[in-house]
Formats: sequence, structure tokens, C-alpha cells
Amino acid sequence: MSKRKVKETHMPVGECISQVQMILRERFCHQRLPEKPVGMESQHKHLLELLRRTAVHGESNSVLIVGPRGSGKTMLLNCVLRELLEVKDVNKNVLPVHLNGLLQTDDRIALKEITRQLNLENVVGDKVFGSFAENLAFLLEALKKGDRSSSRPVLFILDEFDLFAHHKNQTLLYNLLDVSQSAQAPVAVIGLTCRLDVLELLEKRVKSRFSHRQIHLLSSLSFIQYLDNVRSQLSLPQDFPDTNFYDEWNDGIKVRHFSSYPQLVDVLQRHYNSSKDFRSLHLLLMLALSRVSASKPAIKPTDLLEASRVCMVDSKANILHGLSILELCLIIAMKHLNDIYEGEPFNFQMVHNEFKKFLQRKSHSIHNFDKPVVIKAFEHLQQLELIKSMDSSTAKIQKEYQLMKLLLDHSQIMEALQKYPQCPTDVKQWAMSAFG
Amino acid sequence: MVRYFTRLRMRRIYKWVSTYVEGQEAVTTVTPGQYILIEGNDDEYPFVAKLLKFFGDESHKQKKALVQWFLRLSEVPQNKKLLLGRSPHPQEIFYYLGRACDNEINAESILGTVQHVPEDTPFPEPGTKDTLYVKLSWDTKAFNVLDPVLMQDTPASTPPKPALPLFPPCASPTATPVSRGPVRRALPTPDPTVMRRAGSVSDTRATMSAGKRSTLEAESIHSASKLSASKILSAKRRGSAADTPGVRKKLQLSPGKKMTRADVLCELLDEEMESEKVISLKLSSSVSHSLQHGCSLSPMRSGCKTPNGQRRFPWKLSSISLDRLSPTALGEQDLSSDLLLAVIPLALEDEVFEAGLPTDAGSANTPKKRQATPRRNYVREQKATTPSRRKESAMAIRKPALGVLAEEDSEDSPMQPIALTPRSKRKSAQLVSLRIRKQLNLLDNTQKLISDGDDDCFVPSKKDLQSSSDSEEETMVRKTRGRNGKASARTPCKTPSKKVCMVTPSTPRHATPSIPSRTVPARQPGNILEEARARLHVSSVPESLPCREQEFQDIYNFVESKVMDGTGGCMYISGVPGTGKTATIHEVIRCLQHASDMDEIPTFRFIEINGMKMTDPHQAYVQILQKLTDQKVTADHAAALLEKRFSNPAPKKETTVLLVDELDLLWTRKQNVMYNLFDWPTRRHARLVVLTIANTMDLPERIMINRVASRLGLTRMSFQPYSFKQLQQIITSRLNKVKAFEEDALQLVSRKVAALSGDARRCLDICRRATEICEHSTSHPSSAGLVRMNHVMEALDEMFSSSYITAIRCASLQEQLFLRAVIAEFRRLGLEEATFQQVFVQHRALSRVEGLQPISVSEGLAVCQRLGACRLLLLEASRLDMLQRVRLNVSQDDVLYALKAVRD
Repeated sequence: MSKRKVKETHMPVGECISQVQMILRERFCHQRLPEKPVGMESQHKHLLELLRRTAVHGESNSVLIVGPRGSGKTMLLNCVLRELLEVKDVNKNVLPVHLNGLLQTDDRIALKEITRQLNLENVVGDKVFGSFAENLAFLLEALKKGDRSSSRPVLFILDEFDLFAHHKNQTLLYNLLDVSQSAQAPVAVIGLTCRLDVLELLEKRVKSRFSHRQIHLLSSLSFIQYLDNVRSQLSLPQDFPDTNFYDEWNDGIKVRHFSSYPQLVDVLQRHYNSSKDFRSLHLLLMLALSRVSASKPAIKPTDLLEASRVCMVDSKANILHGLSILELCLIIAMKHLNDIYEGEPFNFQMVHNEFKKFLQRKSHSIHNFDKPVVIKAFEHLQQLELIKSMDSSTAKIQKEYQLMKLLLDHSQIMEALQKYPQCPTDVKQWAMSAFG
Repeated sequence: MVRYFTRLRMRRIYKWVSTYVEGQEAVTTVTPGQYILIEGNDDEYPFVAKLLKFFGDESHKQKKALVQWFLRLSEVPQNKKLLLGRSPHPQEIFYYLGRACDNEINAESILGTVQHVPEDTPFPEPGTKDTLYVKLSWDTKAFNVLDPVLMQDTPASTPPKPALPLFPPCASPTATPVSRGPVRRALPTPDPTVMRRAGSVSDTRATMSAGKRSTLEAESIHSASKLSASKILSAKRRGSAADTPGVRKKLQLSPGKKMTRADVLCELLDEEMESEKVISLKLSSSVSHSLQHGCSLSPMRSGCKTPNGQRRFPWKLSSISLDRLSPTALGEQDLSSDLLLAVIPLALEDEVFEAGLPTDAGSANTPKKRQATPRRNYVREQKATTPSRRKESAMAIRKPALGVLAEEDSEDSPMQPIALTPRSKRKSAQLVSLRIRKQLNLLDNTQKLISDGDDDCFVPSKKDLQSSSDSEEETMVRKTRGRNGKASARTPCKTPSKKVCMVTPSTPRHATPSIPSRTVPARQPGNILEEARARLHVSSVPESLPCREQEFQDIYNFVESKVMDGTGGCMYISGVPGTGKTATIHEVIRCLQHASDMDEIPTFRFIEINGMKMTDPHQAYVQILQKLTDQKVTADHAAALLEKRFSNPAPKKETTVLLVDELDLLWTRKQNVMYNLFDWPTRRHARLVVLTIANTMDLPERIMINRVASRLGLTRMSFQPYSFKQLQQIITSRLNKVKAFEEDALQLVSRKVAALSGDARRCLDICRRATEICEHSTSHPSSAGLVRMNHVMEALDEMFSSSYITAIRCASLQEQLFLRAVIAEFRRLGLEEATFQQVFVQHRALSRVEGLQPISVSEGLAVCQRLGACRLLLLEASRLDMLQRVRLNVSQDDVLYALKAVRD
């Protein structure tokens, strides 16, 4: 620290802030890999060993990395790959092929992509020549010609592995795994998936060829560790240019500051209870970070509270705030219908009748709308997907008689009514009353 | 290339044809030591050989002769011609050192004698077309300078005479009268030293007049009764006589159209389907006939006098002669049979085998057992080797560079492959391939160099090809190649230019599939555990396949018998994955290939397709055809070509063994792919053995329609899952004395796997994982000891334990709460399904009980979706929002167990 103080530099606050924004945003948007994957040391070691053996010894392997969304599968793999490529012998000796089940939606595309990334001889520029069958034969021939000791290992990285299992006959998986189990060019097939039952998707022949190695990424983070994570995610790296700002910032996010704010701990606990993964945490921190500016050069607990409020907000209740009184009345009518008929579907005519009954009773507070206007409002609700048609074939039935269901919970409606600006009291009372 | 191998079969044919001639004007007699022309499939180029001795076979029905063969350049495989390194003289022949040809021939097939001129001088001017010269010897692999000792070592030395340009050889088949050789009653003992010994010849092609007339008269020990089939077939002969007008019609057209003989013969065969009849003719003609010099023969000779046109004219003329004679043949059986004897049989060698008639001297006398007398085996051996060379050369044509290099390699030790055991052979093959790869660059250069000198030297041979091909198969191939514009691919002078194309990136059409090679070689295993891991990898080829001995024997016997008999058949093999089906078949094929290398069985061709490795069932045709003939065509065209290939007789066909892996993937609605695959082996000329593999035992009954299942037949085999003892044996045999495992640990693994699936792959994978765990459990990788029980247990846990329970335990609080809400709602409803809305009500109540702040619907949906993504819950499409139905993907007990453990 003393050394640091010697070459102390000062930067304007604005510049510091923009630096902070840049560094932290890169972190939160997964554009920079962390130094070391947290909480998955054994998995990291296992995977690194496995890939190292493929790269160095030419041993073919297959492995699945399984974990819920946001648990850091891709991050782990990228860390391992980064580490692997730092090894001198390996650097020029492996051919990574990245595939994603969401992009390569069938084997034809996947094969072209593999061929392109391997840059085999039927690739010119970015174009892959030949038909599907030719490409497959070509790739298989190429892999068959290789052998353990002399050809470069190919690392097939299949993101969203489960989607590849839906390809016709699982041709691609069969062939990749078959290569990994036979004396051909050394390959490592690495699948990333969030599905725990992924092996059941594999056809029995494909399954038999898979080595059944699974690396599970299941975080058993305690709340204390979670808080540590929050802090470490927010803290600045050591090589931050302005040391004063660095010290201030990092002091500001010390854990004890958090604990002195019971509200903040509550909010974080709630987040922790909801999900432990990094992605939702990053979302929260990102919102808090965006409230930092030159005039407010530190993250305050209030920022986090506000961000959490934004995160936790119920989207449907928000939509309800933007409805007109008429539409709100229709929603209330539907709620009553739901109560009466115990969740059975309704149609426009029923809702309209219910609404008219209300109007007859309280005609002084609400305008008497024409039927076409009411239909319009009803359609608007449908467009907002607050109600949903139950029939698949909409063309046959007149829209007044189409059966609908309400996609709102009662609690959402009541909450929205409480917050609705200048809601007529009659309408509120109608909503609260037991029946119509 | 194909013609090269016809010699053997031709010989067999003529064994049955007695060409003993009475009332001959010009009788040629031959004595041992003379150089003779032997009737081949090519009129212009009778085979050249040196007669070593005569003998009779055991029953004295046949007269045989031991010869030393000489090859014409056209008989040398196309790709090997490059090895000559200079432009060959058109009349040059080579002393044949190979052993693949039967050097025992039937005396009847001798056409005449020629004389011997040792040629030390440079080649004479091309004007003297009818002289043959020997300078080099050919041992099927390389040209060598001829050892003068071989040339001198001629027991019955004929004084050197200048070459006599006499009658062109084209006149020989019909015109040459043959006298029977002297008969030795002693049993023949094929002595290799005798067989090898012979002189190099420069033969004149003269047949009758140039030969020394021997005073030895042949004893006729022919008996008409020897051919049991002849009577049966005599009826057919009449039929064939009636058919001849059709033949004639064809033949009349032929000279004008400049068709090759092969074409004509093919058409003859196609249209008339006369093959059997012709054989019958041949057979029936085994009693002595008088062969006459018909008037037709004179134009032939005259036609051949022009040296340039010589190569093509003769056969045209001979066809004319046939044409002229055939009307008379209608009436006179003797004459017609003589004629056919001379011309037609060329294309029909196979027929004799197919008909199951005793075709060679050995089999005529021995009962039809597989392991009959050694004599018969010997003959089989010979038969076996011929196609192998053809295969080799075919392969070499496909990959000229590799072929040539392989030769260069084998030049050092030509006898090596025969002496080696199968295992070491594999190693040597690897060695060779390694060397090939190393020298690839070097080779490219030499190829180009050679090609410069080549352009002119193949002109004669090309012409030769046109005129003398006689196999249906070959013409078919050529036709198709022509259509693909690949006809030129056969002549090596073109191949280099093709190779040049390969290099340029602009033509991905010729791209070579390959993975770039690594800069640093792969590291070898360092310690015992690494060694064990390498051995336990599924991909490592074990020394032997333990625990599948019975299956191995059954498949081996099946394929071997089919290959031996030259017939076809289907076999269906079923078994769950990882029970060694494909491995066993590969082992069988390896052994059979070894056996055929050792000349124990005829050579065969092994082709493998895999239903999973193709994009569409119809691609099977494309792949089969590509592996058979190396042509790329569309699926429909390939189907047509294969159909033709397997249904038409082709003389030099070798048995094809086709392995169809993952058969069920070849299912189509009309099942025509499967139908064809199983129908082809039943064809008479197919010689196709189909081995099919699938997982389910009752696949034929389940998915095949009756006509397909019926063709598949009942030759079935099922591979049982391995028992724990077998699994243990597999691991131990793979480890092969590498002491890395505790005995108990192995037993635990094998018992566990046997109880679950009996999948050997799984077993090996677990063992491999156990070695890793063992290695990591100690701080020093070098100090790691044996793999013990605890390591194996850990590996088993990793592989077999369900991750659901851990996943539930690691889930967030809200997720766990949601699962409990789901179960609570299920209990309330009494159903295993509920909508999100219903569950959410429960969830809210539960969180109130737990003292948690209730979450909003949006959050609840997010929790639900997360659980759905892991497949702890099964969800409907999310657009249904709150109405989507929720089901558990784990048993309720598991969930409760996991959640209870969390709370404690």
C-alpha cells in the first residue's frame, strides 16, 4: 500500500466515475472473465485436467457441464479454456469449435459451422461447399484420418447441448461421440446444458457412447458468502488508476456498512432467497450502478434499495396502472365472474352484462359507454394479454362469444386498484364487494 | 487392371475343354523348356509362359503343365506401370516372380510354342512388332533387373534363334492346333523352386510353324463320362444354338461400330443370357473334336499383317469369323461348340464356379468339402490371391501417391507381410502409413517428375485397354466413369494433374478431408495410472476380444463359408449398445483379411456403412458405391448402378462383405433400401455377404414388411449383455498386467455395471474416471498407488447418482418453497398436475407460514421457470402465463426427502 501511495495519481471525479462504470459494466455484462471462478474449484480442476489430457496426450473425452441458468457454466468453461491456452504446448495445438444449440438448429447448419471453424479444405473464405451428405462424409473422413498422436485435438463445445439432442436421429451427437470413443482424431466433446435430465434425451446408442462424465455446477452459497460476492462484484480492481478514489469506493462497500442498514440486508436476503445465481445479482447491481454519477460518486445503500424495488416489481400490476377506467371496470367484472363461476372461462357478453349491472347501480359516477366502445376496450385487454382466448380457432365464433380467461391474480388487481391514481371510489368498492 | 487377373480363371475353364484335335493339318507339339503361348481371354495377347514340365492329375483325366509365367505390360496394374520408369517397348514382357498366379495349367490350353531369344541388346526398332523381349522381372510389386541365372537356367534349353515374325498371335485361339503334352503319372508336387525357375524369353508370337514339333504324342485319357454335367446341359446347348442368330445379329453390327469385344460380349450376355448354355457347350465339347481351319481365319491373318492396326483388327475379324460360322453351327453341334470354345468363353469364367461344377482338377476329384485335400486348398489359395492384387491395384489407382509409396516401402521386404502375425501386421501397417505421411511431400514431387515422362508411354496401353477388356464389370465402370468425366482418371499420366487441382483452394471438389496435424507430438503416458487410462480408453484396440469367442466363431464361420463358396447371404446381429457387436465383426474381418493375405481364403472386399453416419437412408447407396468404385453419384443413380453390379455376372468379381451398422436407421416408408440390401445377396452373381447390426432383437418382425424380413432370413445372432465376470475379464485383458487396480475394486465396477446395463463402454469409462480420482486424491501424481475401493466408489457415485436431489438441496429458498407448494397442491387436488395459479396460492400461504415476505406473481413465475429449465418441473409453454400447468419431474418422495434433509 505504501508503494502505491508514492505514485499516487489524481484524476477528476468525472473521469474516475466513467472508469468505474466501464470496469463494472464489463463485469456485470459478462464481457470480462473473472480472475478465478468462485465456488467451483473442484469442477474447475476436473475440467481443466480433462481438457489438458485431450490437448497434451490426445485422449478423446466427452463431458457435460450441467447447472441451472446463471450458475456460471460458460464462465467456467471459458476460464478453463483461457488457462489451457496459456500452456505453451497447447496453444497452437487445439482447434476449438464453438456451437450453440440456439444457433445451429439442425445438423446441416451445425456441420457447415464445424467445417467452417475447422477450416477444412472444402471451405473457401467463409463458404462451405457441398451438400449436407457430402459435408458429413467429409468431416467424418477427416476425423477418421487423424490419429491420436499426430493430429490436433478438436474441442467441440456444444452450448445448449440439450437442443442438439432434438436434431433428427441425433446424427451429429452420435458421430461426435463415436469419434470420441474410437481411435480417430482426438476430440473432446463438451456439452453445456441446464437440464438435469439431459442424458434421458440421448438415444440409447448415443448415450452408450457418451462417457457419462457430468460436472454439476450447483451453488450451495450461504447468505454470508452471497454478501461477500456482492461486495467483491462491486469492488474495484487493484490496478485502478486513482488510488484515493479506489480506497474511498472500496471502503464504501464494506460489509459492515451493509449490516448497519437492516433494510438493505433484508432486500439482499430476499434476492438471495429468490435466486442465488450471478445473473440476477448482476442485474440488481447494474441498476444500482447506473445511479452513480459525478455528483454522487459512490454506491449508497439507498441505491441498492431502489434498484431492488425496480427488480422486484410486478410487471402485470404495472400494466394495470396504465389502463383506462373502463378497462379497469371490465377487469373487475371479470374478477367477479371468476369468483362466481370458479375460474370457468367467460365471454364478452357476460362481462358486458356484469358491467351494465354495475352501471345501473352506480350510473352517476361512470359514463354509460356504447357497446362498440366496450368491445374496443375488451380487445385492448386481449392485446395486452391480460385476458387470453381459450379457443384455438378464433375465426369461427363471433368475438362477443369467444371464451376468455383472465391472466391476473386477484391480489394483483387489488394492488393495482390501491395504487391507481384517482380511481373512483365506486369502482374500488365494487371491486372489494363480494359479489357484483 | 482387371484383365491382369483373368489368367487364373481362364485356365480353369479350359481345363474342361478338350482341345484334343484329330485330323489336324498342323499339329504343334511342345516339350518342357519351350516357350509357349497359352490361351487367355485375349485373342491378340495370349499369355506367354515357359513350359517347365507336364504331368497328369491323380485320376489321369487331365493333363497339366507347370509353367513359368511372363507378363505383358498390359497385364501389369496400371498404377504400377509408373515403376518402370521409362517408356515400355510395346513388345516387352516381364518375367513374373509373383506367386499369386497358379503356375499349373491345363495342357489343353496351350496354344503353341514360341521361341526364345535372350535379348541383351537394346530394343529394336518398333518395326519388328512381333518380337517379345524380356529385360526385367516383375514380382507384383516392382520391376527388377532380371537375374541372368534365371534366364540361363533352362533345362531343355532351346538354342537361341532370332525372333521370327510370323503369324500374328490373334490367329491363335481358333487356329492353333494343340497336341497334348506327355503325361506323367506321378502326382504333381508343386515345388516352389521349380516354379520359380525359368528363363526369360523373348518370344516370337508365332504359334504353329515356329514351334518345335515334338515327337511326343499325347495320350488321350479323356473320357466322355467325366463330365457328369455335360449330358444334363446338352439340352441347353440346343437352345443356345437356336439363340445364335441373335448373336450373329449383334456381331454383324460390331465391326462398324468399333465396339470393343467386351461390349459385344456384354451385350451378348445381357440379351441372350447365354452364359450357361455356352458352358454347356464347352462342357459337352470335352470329347475330342475336330477343329478346323475355317475359311474365316484367313482374313484374320491378312488383317493382322498391318502392324499398326494389329491391335484392334484381330478381334473384329474373329467376330466376323464367328458370324460366318454360326449359321453352320446351327446344324452342327460339334462345329458350333468349337467356335464358342474359341471365342465366347472369354467372358464366362465365373459361370463355371457359380454353377458349382467341379472346375479345377483338384476339386473334380475330391469331395466337396471345405477342408478337402491339400491340393484343393492350394488351388483355392491361388484363386484367392488374384483378386487381392486387383483390389490392391484398384486402391492404388484411387490413391496413386500412396500406392506407389507403399510399394517403395514394401520393396525392402517383399515377403514381410506373409510372415507376420495379424497383430504385428497391424503394427506394420501403422508403420507404413506413418512413413507414407512423412513422405507425402516428397512423393508429390516425384509424381510430377514421373508424369513428365509418362505422357507418351501409355498410348499403346490405352489402346490395349480399349481393345481387350472383356469384363462386364469393367466396361460398366468405364461407362459410368466416362459419364462422370473421370475416365481419364485411370491412366496415371492424368492423375498428377488432378493432384495439382487438389492443392489449389479454388476447387473444394477435390479437397482432401484431413485435420491439421499438431506441432508438438502428443505426450506419451508417464506413469502407471496414465498408462492404465490409455489402455482403458474405449478407442484403444485390444489384443483380443475376450468373452465373445462363440459369437466370433459363428460370424467367422458364416463369412468364411460365404467367401469360400463365392455365394452371398445375410446375417442379423442384435444386442444392446456396448456389447461388442461392431468390434467383434471388425475382429472377424481382420482375421479373415489376414487369412486371405495368407492365401487361405479368397480375397474379399469389406465395406462398412452406418445408418447413423448418413443423412438419409438413400445415402446408403451412395456410400456403398463410393466405397466399391470410388465414384460419386446421386442416390438414385447409385442404386441403379449397384443393382446392375450385383445382378449381372462379372467374371472377376470378388466377394463383398458389407457391414450395415445401425440398420434401423435405414428404415423408409417403402423400405426399399432394406429390401435392396437383403435382396442383392440372393442374386446369383452378387457374391455379397451382408452383416447387419441393430439393437433390438425383434427388429425384423417389428419394422420390416414381410418381403424384407423374409429376405433377411433367419441367420440371426444376439449379443447378450456382459455378465460381471466377462466385464472383469475385459478390463483385466485390457490392462494386460499393468497393475493399477485392486482386484476388489474391479469386481465392484463390473458387478455394478453388469447389474445396470452390461455396457462395456460404461465399465471402461468408470474405470478411467476412477484412475483420475485416484491420481487427484494424492498430492503427488507420481506417488499415487493402486486404484482402491473408495476411488471406484466415488466414480460410481459420480456416474450413477441422480443429481436431482443435490439440485433440490442447492436450489434457492423460494424454489424449494415452490416445490413444496406444488406437492401441497397436488395433495389437495389429488392429481399430479396443477396450474401455476393454483400452486402460487399455496406458495403464498406457505411463505406466510415460513415468515417470508410474499413474492409477486412475476417473481413466482420466474422461480417456476427456473425450476422448469432444470427439468425439476415440467411446464407447459410459457405463453399460457398463469394458466400453464405444472408437473413434477421427480418423485414426490425424492423432493420431500431432499427438503427434509435441508431443514435438519
